[in-house]
Amino acid sequence: MTARSLSTRLAPWLYTLVLFAVWEAACAIFKIPTFFLPPPSAIARALIDYWPAIYRNSLFTLSATLIGFALAVGFGLCLGLLVGWSRNIYAGLYPLMIGFNAIPKVAVVPILVLWFGIGFLPAVLTAFLISFFPIVVNVATGLATIEPELEDVLKALGASKLDIMRKVGIPRTLPYFFGSLKVAITLAFVGSVISESIASNYGIGNLMLQAQAQFQVPLIFAGLIALAVEGIVMYWAMAVLENRMTGWAQRSGFAQA
Amino acid sequence: MSAFVALDGVSHAYGGMGGTLAVDGLSIAVGEGEFAAVVGPSGCGKSTLMKLATGLQFPFKGAIRVGGEMVKEPVKIAGMAFQAPTLLPWRTTLENLLLPLEIVEPHRSALRRRKADYIARAEALLSSVGLDGQAGKFPWELSGGMQQRTSLCRALIHEPRLLMLDEPFGALDAFTREELWGVIRDLHAARLITVILVTHDLREAVFLADRVFVMSARPGRVLVERPIDIPRPRDIEVTFTPAFQTIVHELREHIVRARP
Repeated sequence: MTARSLSTRLAPWLYTLVLFAVWEAACAIFKIPTFFLPPPSAIARALIDYWPAIYRNSLFTLSATLIGFALAVGFGLCLGLLVGWSRNIYAGLYPLMIGFNAIPKVAVVPILVLWFGIGFLPAVLTAFLISFFPIVVNVATGLATIEPELEDVLKALGASKLDIMRKVGIPRTLPYFFGSLKVAITLAFVGSVISESIASNYGIGNLMLQAQAQFQVPLIFAGLIALAVEGIVMYWAMAVLENRMTGWAQRSGFAQA
Repeated sequence: MSAFVALDGVSHAYGGMGGTLAVDGLSIAVGEGEFAAVVGPSGCGKSTLMKLATGLQFPFKGAIRVGGEMVKEPVKIAGMAFQAPTLLPWRTTLENLLLPLEIVEPHRSALRRRKADYIARAEALLSSVGLDGQAGKFPWELSGGMQQRTSLCRALIHEPRLLMLDEPFGALDAFTREELWGVIRDLHAARLITVILVTHDLREAVFLADRVFVMSARPGRVLVERPIDIPRPRDIEVTFTPAFQTIVHELREHIVRARP
């Protein structure tokens, strides 16, 4: 890996600063009322004023998201391996999964509440339900795209299906798997926040709902910022993990220019 | 004479007996230690021949024997290499070479105990194809020719008695290809291994083989069997002699006529 230049490393911070500066300026120049679109300075003030509540609810949302995500990783990996293992299982399960994925998860939350009551568990389960699909699809794709020639080489040596899976299938699936985690973790946040804003007394979703009821628009945006930060941190963690585990698959200089 | 690899009146169709015939009434006999090349128009079932002779597919008609035994399951005394090197990108050259030993018996059970022996064997094999000092590199650090050499080594590491090559040099530039012809020629001479080479390249077939089989268009069968009596060891210079050119030309005629 070549060391990235200073300007590339500073770029994310710089671009974020510019975004907020333009936003702030636009609010001032066009005299946008705070209850319509609050300027970043007002959002920052709300962040400071309501920090204890934001902090507590952020942790709540984060834990619901992470537990749901962990379930999705375990379940998604197992189901992906199963679907990738046999054409028959693939043919049988795939339409079911697509159908399931097409269901808006907002519509599932009331059912979860019916089963498990209001609170933590529906948030966890919604995060899980919304985030396992990309993991399954990616793992199954990794297994389905083993080069047939390589399979022939190994089969001719008397390799069993399990051998091919262990020696080739699973290692070559890892980049797909870790890539899918980046998508899944952000979806998991969407799931837990949806559930919290419909049926919970805790979490950032609930905080935003209450702020909306009280017309505290800067606080709504403060909640969004808190979510965005959590999302970025977790995405980054997944990206680091991906790099660690599958460095061999990421040697292209394509995006480094 | 009983042949080492014998296909006798073999017919094979993909998608069951009613499917398209890939080969029909195909008979080929290759002696032990012989170098056979199979050429033909595209889609003549050359790759099917590979799969049949290694026990990856089974014909609905005819018999196949390898090493004196009927082929009823994958033939473990065979090594295979293809046009694509199909190396595992997460393994180094050396680890790629050891892959077959992790699969095939008796090496599989002995791998832990005899690891040092096997690594020594792999390194010796690498140096025999001119890849000294490349064992620790990953496939993407090697050139196309070097990857293909590694792929050849992987096909040979378990010391098979039969080597099946499916257009192994198709994707290489002309100079690298000629270099690798030399590598194969020397491996064959040193190991007395039986080789079946499937190729489009007539010069390649004539330069390397003891006998060239010309196959017909699909469904494939053998049209012509042409012994190549150019004395061994053959130098690459031989490919520029008129005698060599005449054989290539003659084979070319057969294929042109065989095309659908």
